[in-house]
Amino acid sequence: MFSFLIHRLMILIPTFIGVTLAAFAFIRVIPGDPILVMAGERGITPERHAEMMTAFGFDKPIWEQYFSYIWQLLQGDLGTSIVTKQPVLEEFAALFPATIELSICALIVATVIGIPAGIIAAVKRGSFFDHSLMTLSLTGFSMPIFWWALLLIVFFSGFLGWTPVSGRISVMFYFDSVTGFMLIDSWLSGEEGAFKSALSHLILPSIALGTIPMAVFARQTRSAMLEILNEDFIKTARAKGLSNFRVIVVHAFRNALIPVITVIGLSVGVLLAGAILTETIFSWPGIGKWMVDSIFRRDYPVVQGGLILIAGIVMIINLTVDLCYGLIDPRIRNKR
Amino acid sequence: MIKKTLAVSLLTGAMALAGQAQAANTMVYCSEGSPEGFNAALTTSGTTMDASSRQIYNRLSQFKIGTTEVVPGLAESWDVSADGTEYTFHLRKGVDFHTTKYFTPGRQFTADDVLFTFDRQRDEKHPYHDVNGGTYEYFDGMDMGSLIKDIVKIDDYTVKFILNRPEAPFIANLAMDFASILSAEYADQLATSGKQTEMNWKPVGTGPFAFVQYKKDALIRYKAHDSYWGGRQDIDNLVFAITPDASVRYQKVKAGECHLMAYPNPADLGMMAKDSSINLMKREGLNVGYLGYNTVKPPFDNPKVRKALNMAINKDAIIDAVFNGVAQVAKNPLPPTIWSYNDKVVDDSYNPEMAKKMLMDAGVTSLKTNVWAMPVQRPYNPNARRMAELIQADWKKVGVDAEIVTYEWGEYLKRSKAGEHDSVLLGWTGDNGDPDNFLRVLLGCQAANGGANRANWCNKEFDDLLNKALATSDQAERTKLYEQAQLVFKREAPWATIAHSLVFKPVRKEVSGFKIDPLGGHYFEGVTLK
Repeated sequence: MFSFLIHRLMILIPTFIGVTLAAFAFIRVIPGDPILVMAGERGITPERHAEMMTAFGFDKPIWEQYFSYIWQLLQGDLGTSIVTKQPVLEEFAALFPATIELSICALIVATVIGIPAGIIAAVKRGSFFDHSLMTLSLTGFSMPIFWWALLLIVFFSGFLGWTPVSGRISVMFYFDSVTGFMLIDSWLSGEEGAFKSALSHLILPSIALGTIPMAVFARQTRSAMLEILNEDFIKTARAKGLSNFRVIVVHAFRNALIPVITVIGLSVGVLLAGAILTETIFSWPGIGKWMVDSIFRRDYPVVQGGLILIAGIVMIINLTVDLCYGLIDPRIRNKR
Repeated sequence: MIKKTLAVSLLTGAMALAGQAQAANTMVYCSEGSPEGFNAALTTSGTTMDASSRQIYNRLSQFKIGTTEVVPGLAESWDVSADGTEYTFHLRKGVDFHTTKYFTPGRQFTADDVLFTFDRQRDEKHPYHDVNGGTYEYFDGMDMGSLIKDIVKIDDYTVKFILNRPEAPFIANLAMDFASILSAEYADQLATSGKQTEMNWKPVGTGPFAFVQYKKDALIRYKAHDSYWGGRQDIDNLVFAITPDASVRYQKVKAGECHLMAYPNPADLGMMAKDSSINLMKREGLNVGYLGYNTVKPPFDNPKVRKALNMAINKDAIIDAVFNGVAQVAKNPLPPTIWSYNDKVVDDSYNPEMAKKMLMDAGVTSLKTNVWAMPVQRPYNPNARRMAELIQADWKKVGVDAEIVTYEWGEYLKRSKAGEHDSVLLGWTGDNGDPDNFLRVLLGCQAANGGANRANWCNKEFDDLLNKALATSDQAERTKLYEQAQLVFKREAPWATIAHSLVFKPVRKEVSGFKIDPLGGHYFEGVTLK
């Protein structure tokens, strides 16, 4: 298992270098001068423009900028936003818990509904439930998040008045952040109704963000289960007289887990990408919206730093998923 | 059963909270974005100014809320020397700075605070000059550095600004957000503890509201300043709920989660007008949207060609299609709400036949050109692409073949500044309600070839009138000069003036006292909740 871990870690190094290069190049490939974007219609004199380019180091050759950035990175410095003048890491740390909280809740929604629905659809293959589920999951998968999110808001918040429109908690609650996770902070605050308020604010964004992964999980679970249910060992288990529940959950589902875990791992990237739109619509103060704003403002250090951090997190999650394969299926870890 | 109970309880909780009424004295404003900090001198962003200077700070002179009239602020009065180069300000006494969790003022507002505020921006050796980036775009853009020769403290409550030349709009310039007065005592305290950068994130001012908390991309909290010199505000707490999507802002206002919202979607205005819980306020914006011809490129260097192209544009159709009918056709570069607007100017009428003839007379046949369309939305031009398409179709009728060109915003500004365009769609929203802020900034010779004068138009007659107007503080005299300048502008036609947009603010009915700021800001001083 240890060598398996080392092997996986070694793969991460070139990937990480590639990410820094891509992150650095990506924002610079987009046309647009950050200083001119900042100045807007008002314009800026050529002298002032040159001064600011020098101050931010944008006048140096690209390769020099890249190597000084890498040198900074190695020292743990992700740079400072040219717009807010705040350290990138500090901004990221303040916003990331909100994205994590939303992503976890969306993942819970997707898993708790998607996987059982997939199992039932596989077991009742060809039934009305199966057909309905497949149609619904295709719809869920195809729906643009921003449209779906607005639809949820208009119906549940605007028309029915059941849920708050946006934000993380009612503005009436005022307490200092301890962990950055609103559910935990609201609970720790001891203020009456704060936890409920935080929870109610999570309902619609979690559904909006969780819809696509939910559809994917349901379809993946269904197809993996269908394959397993036709295997000989399932027939043997049934012939041994095991209960249907035991056959499906213990024998079939456990063996169907590998592809399901793969898509759950991959969906973390999808969730982070989806968070960009979901956060914008629900005024959710996470890293998705932060990145979008920074791209529009050509805030190079934030876009670079943000991409590297997000890529780093996705890599760690994929590593964890790889390790999970090893734990679930001994054949995988023993191959190395 | 357990599942059912859980679902019901969650839903009930959610329902109760969604319907939760805001405390009567908490005003919630759905703002459009996060500020870049809380010092308006360091930014050009209106969002940052709304969050900082307009709630937390005061200036020596200020705009009377809802107007462009300049009234005393932290200066009770001022004297101007006969030659217009010395301004002596008599400061208000008994003005308290905010007491916050992080700062307790040891003294009241004095001349030292005025000196600190301006010296920080103009003196590169000032210990605070480079703090938080040290970019003072407005101060530099308004040419204050070369204008101000010296600032002298006469005594604790008297300050004299000595200028290098007379500048009629100087008092209006000092009412702008970048001139918000900071606390020198607070700055000293931060410097002692080596935390100078906190000045931008934990602000202390003298304004109607004191800063309490900022959560990036989520909210900003303020409380009423108990000893505000202008009187304590009726609302105890002010919250900016940061909501970037305009449709979501509207849903929040409808649901009662916000009392007021910024920048509604033009498409939602119809529904807002019918909503019984909302008062849809409107007024003319202090802006102009225009098509600027590159007057140094043939054939646009010929005023007759420019005039002919202007006559080929159907502006009424643009107002209907691009502004949903809620804008006014522009005939002058100044909006009608600004003093010295010359209503006697006659606009070029829409007359394609005449336009065609004028082009032929000027020797222009089968002209191939381009129209640049901005990639961003602005109040003065909510859909530049659509506007460009309409102009393209209009010009086609007079035999002019125009290609629509667009670039990413920064690139658009850069290339249009470099003069790559034949004609460019742009616009302007006034900063200080002074005609000079439109005419000289956008059409003066100084701003041509690399400045905000994208028409690169430099007309001596026009420029002389502007310079004369700048040198006198007699408003009647200035009005006459600017009126003449507008006639010259119309005759020479460096732009096709397109529209002055209307500004809308959906406000819940329980709010009273809110006034739409012609300069585009959001002020909550004097606002009450029923």
